[in-house]
Amino acid sequence: MQGADGKQAADLRGGDAMFRFLFGRLAVLIPTFIGVTIVAFAFIRMLPGDPIMLLSGERVMDPARYEEMVKRFGYDQPYIVQYLQYLGGVLQGDFGTSISTKDSVLSQFLQLFPATLELSFCAIVFAVVLGIPAGVVAAVKRGTFWDQAIMGTALIGFSMPIFWWGLLLIIFFSSTLGWTPVSGRISLMYFFPSVTGFMLIDSLLSGQPGAFKSALSHLILPTIVLGTIPLAVIARQTRSAMLEVLSEDYVRTARAKGLSSYRVIGIHALRNALIPVITTIGLQVGVLLAGAILTESIFSWPGIGKWMVDSVFRRDYPVIQGGLLIIAMLIMLVNLIVDLLYGLVNPRIRHQG
Amino acid sequence: MDWSIHASGIRAEEATMAELPATTPSGDFTGSAPVDPSRRARFAEFWYYFSENRGAVIGLWFFVFLVLLAVFAPLIAPYAPNAQYRDAILVPPFWEDGGSTAFLLGTDAVGRDMLSRLIYGTQFSLFIGVIVTTISLTGGILIGVVAGYYRGWVDTTIMRLMDIILAFPSLLLALVLVAVLGPGLVNAMIAIAIVFQPHFVRLTRAAVMTEKSKDYVIGSKVAGAGNLRLMFKTILPNCMAPLIVQATLSFSNAILDAAALGFLGMGAQPPTPEWGTMLAEAREFILRAWWVVTFPGLAILVTVLAINLMGDGLRDALDPKLKRS
Repeated sequence: MQGADGKQAADLRGGDAMFRFLFGRLAVLIPTFIGVTIVAFAFIRMLPGDPIMLLSGERVMDPARYEEMVKRFGYDQPYIVQYLQYLGGVLQGDFGTSISTKDSVLSQFLQLFPATLELSFCAIVFAVVLGIPAGVVAAVKRGTFWDQAIMGTALIGFSMPIFWWGLLLIIFFSSTLGWTPVSGRISLMYFFPSVTGFMLIDSLLSGQPGAFKSALSHLILPTIVLGTIPLAVIARQTRSAMLEVLSEDYVRTARAKGLSSYRVIGIHALRNALIPVITTIGLQVGVLLAGAILTESIFSWPGIGKWMVDSVFRRDYPVIQGGLLIIAMLIMLVNLIVDLLYGLVNPRIRHQG
Repeated sequence: MDWSIHASGIRAEEATMAELPATTPSGDFTGSAPVDPSRRARFAEFWYYFSENRGAVIGLWFFVFLVLLAVFAPLIAPYAPNAQYRDAILVPPFWEDGGSTAFLLGTDAVGRDMLSRLIYGTQFSLFIGVIVTTISLTGGILIGVVAGYYRGWVDTTIMRLMDIILAFPSLLLALVLVAVLGPGLVNAMIAIAIVFQPHFVRLTRAAVMTEKSKDYVIGSKVAGAGNLRLMFKTILPNCMAPLIVQATLSFSNAILDAAALGFLGMGAQPPTPEWGTMLAEAREFILRAWWVVTFPGLAILVTVLAINLMGDGLRDALDPKLKRS
């Protein structure tokens, strides 16, 4: 009885701590969110030139129309009112309207985001599937040829200018060997409605022969390019986390008990070493989005990275402003989720608050 | 630079390390700082750990080679970086069919010597690394020391501001900043420095907070040291180890990001022989002339790799936690 009560009390305390942890995170997140919106708000006003002209994308304007635009964008109001109107719009999902397409920024984002999500997901799977085993092998075989080879390769990956890496892969696999296509998401001969926005799934659903293979072959090179740096980071992080765990007492105890070395490494050590690695994986989201800018530009991948670069070149300022804000919000959300997961997995963190 | 001492200052457990020479923290209580006689010994100790890492030593020598290349570029490079040889367009490297020893690594689409442009490009990359690291390190230290020393609302305000910068992917923020400031190498460097700054602020702040409550700081305070002296003469020198490691990292990242901006057309503008810009110009010849694409990227990779190797060695030599293992 007493044991059960004690457990219940501990659970309650745990729940309480979790709530406080959550509130603590939100207390940090909300000011950051407001700051990020101020940055996006200020962006248009920091640009050289008349913001009305920039926002409406017109070069010449008669005074009556100018007055109308000033009213429409609220430029006759004080800055604070303008900002609050902007923030109010953002909270209702109004991130502005593209100059070049006249579409809302949010709808463009939602249309292009699945392409980036699909690519990023494949890249992170690629990085995790290769990176964690590589890091474990390097740690277990510490100081041997394998350790040096893996860590040497990881350092090269970590130092890689990925835009060049992409071009090299195109030269080798697309141009010399002719194995993979150079750009795009799928061959132009396939046409089917977008159901999920994820080309791999849509091509399977379409039932057209060869469509899935085409989508897959378009995805391979961008996945490798985008996954290279996360792969290197995960391999290095896994190795150092494993080394730390392998020297702990409980691992020595497990070995002393006569457990097989696979069991010791796989279950006792790896499970604990993975906790910091999971955080690292979460932190790669920002890296992936930055990498997507380059990867998507090289492979003409129609995702948000290419969208942002194109908008910078087209001077489509509302898109830059809105896209910047949406991407920042996305990263903040992912970081919050990673933090909360980390708190769930590792109770020591949430008790520190 | 007496940072080898401060390898001892980062973590509490290092006090137990027997192999480190006993060091006094550099904050002195009296006034003028006497030259520490153990400085040579400390450098010897640092070098001992640094040189144990073979890769780090190779990285260091390669870096020295690059610096010499950059300084003596006008003497070493066979041609001027922008000299065009109209009768030698897209000449392959000398070992390929049609190549000539006049242009060892071939020429680009307007007949400029690749090797000469690569050599001059070293100047730009090292310059970018030095400037960006200096700006972000200095700014980051100033802000971080203030945040970690004063705490309270100053700290909260500073850290929230840094969180805002960190909420954006670095390359995207740099890209947008360059869109605001206008494309060009100087603006690209400013943008990258702004984006890197928060990492230095966070590191400095954390280190200052650890050091602040230690006895030698309290001792200096009791002896009447003012805030500025405590912050920058007493505490800061003992926080340098992680900052030096981060500085090498940001040096190599600055080169990478500046090259990426150049590649996107937002960094150094043609005909500057900056490696990323060279790659952008070479892109359309990717299927016809592999050398115009391969060599500039290889130069970026090897340079960044050398600096990262050095960074790993510095971390091993300065981080007492790893030293024990």
